[in-house]
Amino acid sequence: MQRQLKIEIWVGAFVLMSIAALLMIALQVSNFSSWKEKPSYQVSALFDNVGGLKVRAPVKMSGVVVGRVTSIGVDPQSFKARVTMKIDRTYNELSIDSSASILTAGLLGDQYIGIEIGGDEEYLAEGSEFELTQSALVLEDLIGQMLVKFSDSGE
Amino acid sequence: MGLLIKTMQKRSIKLNGLIGLLQKTGHNSLQILASVGRGAMFIMSLLPALPYSFWRFDLLVKQIYVAGVLSLPIILTAGLFVGMVMSLQGYNVLVDYNSEEAVGSMTALSLLRELGPVISALLFAGRAGSALTAEIGLMRSTEQISALEMMAIDPLKHIYAPRFSAGLITLPLLTLLFIALGIIGGYMVAVGWLGVDEGAFWSQMNSHVDWREDVVNGIIKSVAFAILISMIALFQGFNAIPTSEGVSNATTKTVVHSSLGVLGLDFVLTAVMF
Amino acid sequence: MSDQTLIEIKDLTFLRGERKIFDGISLKIPKGKVTAIMGPSGTGKTTLLKLIAGQLKPDSGEIWVEGENVHKLARKKLYGLRRKMGMLFQSGALLTDLNVFDNVAFPLREHTKLPEEIINSLVDMKLQAVGLRGAKNLMPSQLSGGMSRRVALARGIALDPEMIFYDEPFVGQDPITMGVLVELISKLNHSLGLTSVVVSHDVNEVLSIADYVCVISEGKIIAEGSKEEILQGESEYVNQFVKGLPDGPVPFHYPVKPYLSESDGAVN
Repeated sequence: MQRQLKIEIWVGAFVLMSIAALLMIALQVSNFSSWKEKPSYQVSALFDNVGGLKVRAPVKMSGVVVGRVTSIGVDPQSFKARVTMKIDRTYNELSIDSSASILTAGLLGDQYIGIEIGGDEEYLAEGSEFELTQSALVLEDLIGQMLVKFSDSGE
Repeated sequence: MGLLIKTMQKRSIKLNGLIGLLQKTGHNSLQILASVGRGAMFIMSLLPALPYSFWRFDLLVKQIYVAGVLSLPIILTAGLFVGMVMSLQGYNVLVDYNSEEAVGSMTALSLLRELGPVISALLFAGRAGSALTAEIGLMRSTEQISALEMMAIDPLKHIYAPRFSAGLITLPLLTLLFIALGIIGGYMVAVGWLGVDEGAFWSQMNSHVDWREDVVNGIIKSVAFAILISMIALFQGFNAIPTSEGVSNATTKTVVHSSLGVLGLDFVLTAVMF
Repeated sequence: MSDQTLIEIKDLTFLRGERKIFDGISLKIPKGKVTAIMGPSGTGKTTLLKLIAGQLKPDSGEIWVEGENVHKLARKKLYGLRRKMGMLFQSGALLTDLNVFDNVAFPLREHTKLPEEIINSLVDMKLQAVGLRGAKNLMPSQLSGGMSRRVALARGIALDPEMIFYDEPFVGQDPITMGVLVELISKLNHSLGLTSVVVSHDVNEVLSIADYVCVISEGKIIAEGSKEEILQGESEYVNQFVKGLPDGPVPFHYPVKPYLSESDGAVN
């Protein structure tokens, strides 16, 4: 019986240690805290070019994460890219004329969506669409434009 | 199937040359088929007994102790060192691209997706799986299993089921500990020794490691490995010829089959998951 | 007559590989008596016990215990029947991870819901009967072969079975223990009304306690009857076996082709 007690204590410790490990992985290592479903609403935006934007990319306002991209697809009517995103309910007072742009963190970093607040009294709601969008900056296009400009000014 | 094997054994005539090779291949494949069949039948008969292991909690706890607690030293040490090595190697590569902060996410991702589940499973097969096979083989050779049957105690419920369930519970827990220790080891090397910024280390990791994609998939992998190893270890013990040579052969087979099985299954799961 | 028969074996055949271990044997084991099954080693005496207990399935034939066909019973009923059986294995077959006390207490704890004090005193009684109450804290690895068999006997009688099977109980025991065991077996049998089946080749010890004797050789029963009938029997086989003569009709060799024809080559 004494032995059984010792075994039970050890097994208890083992299970507790494993739970601690799981908590550490969940909270410290992974994005578990932001993964769990917060109340949110879905909005979408059409872009000419999404560049390297990926599903689950952050949606930021003034640099603060307020939501995530949930899907990226091609709009069958306009043939533009339709990006849908979830935005936390806490930020439910984004005016309807806000603009969404695809930005890059640093020179080579991941791409995210930045929201610029407009001035309208009406707010974005479930299913709304951003009217003002700015596509991703594609490096090749940029270099192309620069070359054209240089050659123009060189004449 | 049994009849087939009997006729195979009766016909112990050795043929030479190409025909002999053919015959040998056929013989071996039939034997492999037969043992797969026996294994499947064993597992089928084990399944209905599994719930019993949760009813007899004392037996389960004891097996978790044997398989889990006694495997802790090797798992924890291995985890720590694997994490430290990953961090060191990763740093040396990443520093050339000026992105040494990414060492945290690299260590964490490789541990969660691959190294954690796979190395834990391999160590578990060597440490707990082989012990399981040897224990059951010896229990059979010393007639302990027969004695249980004679005492009207079903060995499936009393011996096999708790061991299977314990393996199923234990390996995922050990894998979590392995990963956690690995990340701590990586942190110690990267932040403590190589001077990577602590905040960048964690925040990079945080933004790249996805709970569903990486953590949950890693745990699913280790559950699959646990089922595989427990099945192989129990079946080899059950199937062992009850002599010292038979038991030692069975133990070797457990380690070889489960290691290869883990690596093969890992490829399949990775292809499906990521 | 039939109400006195506890175990009935009908036309039993059992093969191990190509070899016939039993070739159509029939046997009635009377209730409340000590029945000895004797025969040279390798005649499958242990196999017979395992067949009776339903651990092995015969190739043909039936075994009836208490009016039930053992090999047709559902698992649950078979286990119910086994609770009435005690078996003493040749090796003892103690559970190596439990000490002597827990080994004897094991069937009690598994099958009854008795409080721990009662189990304590029951186990002490059983261990006292085999003279090992002082060894109750030892582990099986610390016991000698004879001692573990006595512990196994205590475990076998822990649930007060109706029948008990002894597989070679006298092998490797010193003369004193052997005497004690012989006495113990016959005492258990008569005081508790047990039916005992003793499988053995220790002729003298077995004959001293057996009421009914059955001699098996080469898969067939070559003699059966009461002790006196066997001792006075005319059969050469029995005579050779009981008296331990080296020459006689009982084969010493494992079945094989005659020595000379072997060299002609194994093919065909």
